[in-house]
Amino acid sequence: MTTVTAQEGAAPVGPRPLETVARIASEVARVHADSVDREGRFPAEAIEALKRARMLGVLVPASLGGPELGLDEVAAMCEALAHHCASTAMIFAMHHIQVACLVRHGQSSPLLRAYLTELNERQALIASVTSEVGVGGEMRASVTCVEQRDGRFTLDKDATTISYGEHADDLLATARRAPDAPRSDQVAVLLRKGDFTLERTSAWDTLGMRGTCSPGAKVRSSGPAEQVLPVPFADIASQTMVPVSHVLWSSVWLGIAAGAVGRARAFVRQQARARPGTTPPTAVRLAEVHNQLQTLRASVHEVSSDAGRRMAAGDPEALSSIGFSLKMNNLKVSASQLVVDIVHRALLICGIQGYKNDSPFSLGRHLRDAHSAALMIGNDRILATNASLLLVLKDE
Amino acid sequence: MTEAIRNILKEHGRLSVDISTLTDAADLYQAGMTSHASVNVMLALEANFEIEFPDKFLRRSVFSSVSAISEAVDEIRAAR
Ligand SMILES: Cc1cc2nc3c(=O)[nH]c(=O)nc-3n(C[C@H](O)[C@H](O)[C@H](O)COP(=O)(O)OP(=O)(O)OC[C@H]3O[C@@H](n4cnc5c(N)ncnc54)[C@H](O)[C@@H]3O)c2cc1C
Repeated sequence: MTTVTAQEGAAPVGPRPLETVARIASEVARVHADSVDREGRFPAEAIEALKRARMLGVLVPASLGGPELGLDEVAAMCEALAHHCASTAMIFAMHHIQVACLVRHGQSSPLLRAYLTELNERQALIASVTSEVGVGGEMRASVTCVEQRDGRFTLDKDATTISYGEHADDLLATARRAPDAPRSDQVAVLLRKGDFTLERTSAWDTLGMRGTCSPGAKVRSSGPAEQVLPVPFADIASQTMVPVSHVLWSSVWLGIAAGAVGRARAFVRQQARARPGTTPPTAVRLAEVHNQLQTLRASVHEVSSDAGRRMAAGDPEALSSIGFSLKMNNLKVSASQLVVDIVHRALLICGIQGYKNDSPFSLGRHLRDAHSAALMIGNDRILATNASLLLVLKDE
Repeated sequence: MTEAIRNILKEHGRLSVDISTLTDAADLYQAGMTSHASVNVMLALEANFEIEFPDKFLRRSVFSSVSAISEAVDEIRAAR
């Protein structure tokens, strides 16, 4: 593989990063996907391969020594990974969501700029600590607060779900801005390795997405006050975290669906080869599910390239206009429903071979992983948000 | 007009403090107004002042204080 010559210290990423990720997906993530799922373990091999290929800093701007890829390129990477291992893909997605927040809202701070350069150099993995005991899935409310004194902060949080927290280098956590701030007046804080401890409070023995390793934990941390992001979390959430999450999550779900349809296609081809000259009855069902996959793909790709353009345009409000928020939210809800439907149809096509865990056409993992989509921020919450956005939006 | 705005905020803003303790410039989000609450505030403003907030006014900053809201209402009325 040839590499572009980068300036000293900057990260060389291969000339075709998407191909590199697709290769890691099929050569590494695929090989370990079943053991990751069965044992509920972190996909260490695939994440290590992604780090070695320098894929954890791809959103870091060129001005900070990074490759500055577009959001749509990262979305395509998530899709490619999810073809073979949804847990790896979701970890990759969640990491880049945190990086996007720092890139778009942290750059007025010299310390955070230096952090981004270092993240790319060291290929640091960042996890997210938004959910909290007492607020459920309401991302825009916190119970705990950050306290600042003499240039230092302290932050303790009882988090319900922290994906790959025990495997991450750093964390991005939300909290109320100050001890006297109301629940919705939040900030985001970067917690660096060595500055925080995690005390596990629950297990992660789930139906699917088992490799994300997302148990609850009590976080205790302190650090320099500059690690408190300089803008309200409300802006970070609406301008970056929510839209970027919806694009990258939906790309993961698209990848799961495509992986399942790929298995159904292989199954139908095998049937056809067994009786040349006759079209297997399952072929029509395959045509039907393939059609649905195209609908899902078209909508994920359209919205992610729109989001990529808006993000590259540098207008902080571009991703948070009401019209675009509705579109993003609609994408999340529809993709999370379609993925389950598509995987289910692929299962029906493969029949007992899909239902068995030890067959090459097995779809149990895909189906279990797909069911997490509707509850990663409950769809009813999102529909409730859209219901109120529709009350205020005048034009379409 | 600020009196009417303050009454609407009192009824719909779900602030964590009494609106009478806030200045016109005080940050309403820091006083606990959520984005959900700001939607209801906007609907009440539309009904009260018989105006419609065009989409370009639907930004967080437009609803961030009593004075920001009153400037927006003035601007929308002037454009009619
Ligand atoms: C695979 C996976 C990985 C995750 N990783 C992380 C992570 O790394 N960091 C992190 O912080 N969190 C993480 N989460 C948690 C996630 O972000 C949500 O917080 C969590 O899934 C929501 O929890 P809940 O279902 O208990 O809560 P709720 O959101 O309270 O939902 C419970 C039910 O109530 C409904 N509901 C709630 N409020 C409303 C409303 N206003 N209107 C209508 N219906 C409503 C919901 O639709 C749902 O049916 C992860 C979740 C999953 C599945």
